[in-house]
Amino acid sequence: MARLAARRAVFAVPVLFVVTFGVFAVAEASPFDPVKAYAGTAGLTASQENLDQLRANLGVDKPLVSRWWDWLTSALSGDLGDSSTLRQPVADAIGERIGWSVLLAATAFLLAILLGSALGVLAARRPGGWLDRGITSLAYTLEAAPPFWLGLLVMWLFALKLDVLPAGGLTDTARTTVTFDQVTSHLILPAAVLAISQLPWFVLYVRQSVGDALGDDPVRGARARGLAERTVLLKHAFRSGMLPVLTLVGSRVPELITGALLVETVFSWPGIAAATVGAATSVDFPLLAALTALATAAVLLGNLLADLLYGLADPRVGFDG
Amino acid sequence: MRARSIRTTGAVAATAALAVAASACSSPDDGKGADGAKDSAVVGIAYEPETLSPLLGYGKDGNSKIFDGLLTHDADMKLRPALAAKLPKVSDDGKTYTFALRKGVKFSDGKPFSAKDVVFTYETILDKKTNNASKTELDALKSVEAKGDDAVVFHLKYPYAPFAERTVLPIAPEHIAGKQDVNKGDFSTEPVGTGPYELVKWSKGEKIVFKANPGYWGGAPKIKNFTMAIIKDDDVRATRLRTGDLDGAILPPNLAETFASDGAKKTYAAKTFDYRVVTLPTGNEVAGDTAVRRALDIGVDRKAMVDSILEGAGKEAYGPVPTDSPWFTKGTERKFDAAKAKKILDEAGWKPGKGGIREKDGVQASFPLWYLTGDKLRQDHALAYASDAKKLGIKVEVQSGTWEVIEPRMAKDAVLAGGGSPADPDFDQYALLKSSLAGDGFNNMAHYDNATVDKALEDARKSGDRAERAAAYDTIQRELVKDPGYTFLTHIDHLYVVDKSFGDLSTQVEPHDHGLASGPWWNVEDWQPKK
Repeated sequence: MARLAARRAVFAVPVLFVVTFGVFAVAEASPFDPVKAYAGTAGLTASQENLDQLRANLGVDKPLVSRWWDWLTSALSGDLGDSSTLRQPVADAIGERIGWSVLLAATAFLLAILLGSALGVLAARRPGGWLDRGITSLAYTLEAAPPFWLGLLVMWLFALKLDVLPAGGLTDTARTTVTFDQVTSHLILPAAVLAISQLPWFVLYVRQSVGDALGDDPVRGARARGLAERTVLLKHAFRSGMLPVLTLVGSRVPELITGALLVETVFSWPGIAAATVGAATSVDFPLLAALTALATAAVLLGNLLADLLYGLADPRVGFDG
Repeated sequence: MRARSIRTTGAVAATAALAVAASACSSPDDGKGADGAKDSAVVGIAYEPETLSPLLGYGKDGNSKIFDGLLTHDADMKLRPALAAKLPKVSDDGKTYTFALRKGVKFSDGKPFSAKDVVFTYETILDKKTNNASKTELDALKSVEAKGDDAVVFHLKYPYAPFAERTVLPIAPEHIAGKQDVNKGDFSTEPVGTGPYELVKWSKGEKIVFKANPGYWGGAPKIKNFTMAIIKDDDVRATRLRTGDLDGAILPPNLAETFASDGAKKTYAAKTFDYRVVTLPTGNEVAGDTAVRRALDIGVDRKAMVDSILEGAGKEAYGPVPTDSPWFTKGTERKFDAAKAKKILDEAGWKPGKGGIREKDGVQASFPLWYLTGDKLRQDHALAYASDAKKLGIKVEVQSGTWEVIEPRMAKDAVLAGGGSPADPDFDQYALLKSSLAGDGFNNMAHYDNATVDKALEDARKSGDRAERAAAYDTIQRELVKDPGYTFLTHIDHLYVVDKSFGDLSTQVEPHDHGLASGPWWNVEDWQPKK
């Protein structure tokens, strides 16, 4: 187990290396001008001399490779640099936001896994039955619904028509303190939307694999020994049917990150979404590189986690296979 | 680790995350003061400042809530003393401005304000190492010196009549901002000033929360808590206004209209200097032709644009100066006259060619017109312009792009641009029309070149005499009729919907930028909410 983790960690180094360089290269090739982005509306009336001075001050006139190398070496020594769009150190900018993004994503993910597994098992019990058909078609419908559209829809329904939940933000806009019940009530809608957007994959996967497992020899054997249907379903079929789902957990991480970006934007959730989009369109190199490295690390960790879980759940798989 | 314990771990992690989020304490807050009148206001705005540090450009046009400038504007945009005790004394040559400072003013941290803070603020902004993109606006300033604790003298490089307008710029405390890196220190997110409000919290992309400064030299504001929610999407802003989460918001005309029958809300239309204009670049052989420019100037139906695109919330524009400004030259309004426009083109030798498009010396009367992708208002203006031009026999090809795409083409292609600054006619017109600024960043986008206008611009900024200045601006506006380098289309009203419980509010004349200072909350510190 430790060897697998160590091997992956070593493998992650060149990946992060390449990805961050890619970010700098792509940003360099983009038509966006970091100086114009920094200056904002003031840039529209600034003189060329003023803009040139800004370019030199921001250090964006240096060649691509040296800028990337400067960023990388100082990042390795713990200094992530300063975000030009947010006008604060990158570490502070990320630190202020990431907690809220993790809270949103973790809640949604947990919800999607629990609800998805439950619905999947229910559907698998009677393949072709009305419950199965209902759940499956719901899953296919949700799979096609874009998260931002779902977001606007639930906002319209729960905030505007029913007026039971807040339409956005981390707390009521007038509040100045962040409290547990404020955050909870504001978390419900965005987390639900994000969970719903992830739900179909879990439902369909669980339904398929539990359904397959129900037809396997061990399950047939268990039934033949006269065990209760409930025990057969939960102890035998569910256990082996969950294995592919564990892999799915890891592979859903990238989609979870992009989904969270959209949901955060719709609900004015103060996570890293707005910062990421802003960093990309403003060619804010230090922030963009740090956020990309972070997202890459999250994906790599997600995959590692999936493999570890798989190994734990099914000892036959082993960790070095 | 077994499967059962894995599930528990996830739940524990989520609970822990929620517990961290809950670490702050709760405070009941229903937005009502002791006497039952509302003492808090929440407004929705569309734009967020890049920084809250005046040293990096925040609040340069005045009205920054956390800070004060030496001077400030009243409702009619007239200059009034703020941190200065009275309006400045200007030397006869127009190159020295002396301000006596208000005594007994303190920053919100309790430290006294003095002349050295003024000197520090201006010198820091002028410093080449400071990343302030609005530095160009202080181009006239040579040096600042303190005379004791309560007087400041500004020395200019050249006589510059509107300089006093620039001194609405907020003053930063040297004892805080002077001790950190101007470009990235935490002063830009945790500012301290002398203004009517103190910053409680700025959560970027979400909201800016202010509380009243009890020790404000102008008297403590009645609105104790003031929050600006940053909501970029117009529909979401309208929704949150409807749910009662917001007390007021800026809205486009079609959404403001939906609140017309709401008895608890009132709509305010702020008059502006915010114009939409088509640049006609001198470098384009069609758009640069004076006959074409004059024909377009009288051949586009501005009234129809105001009625259909702006739904009446605006007025026709004939130059950067709106028709209801005292600086406007009466008699330079252009009547829509397509027949006369066609005659001008005929006489200049632009003859109808194939497909109804005019031609002259083998050149087709056609040029591209760019607008900023995603800006619906500009798109509508551009399409209306092209449709009017087509009726004259001029083919305007409307295209959209980002500024990165548009900027390199500005010398040759037309652009649907916007701008406008009410404080002084010099601010707009010098940058828009001066030939030496052609192609300098976004200044003089049309590469306009007219010697009479150049001279009038110089005269207008040098003279301290109001009548002389007005005469110079009259010359410019008349010259723009004879030789239009731009087709000015409309001046746009900005619409705000606000809860009636705050009483009758006012708006200032607003610039192109939707700054934080704009809207009925420009003087939130003076609001007198009813019970």
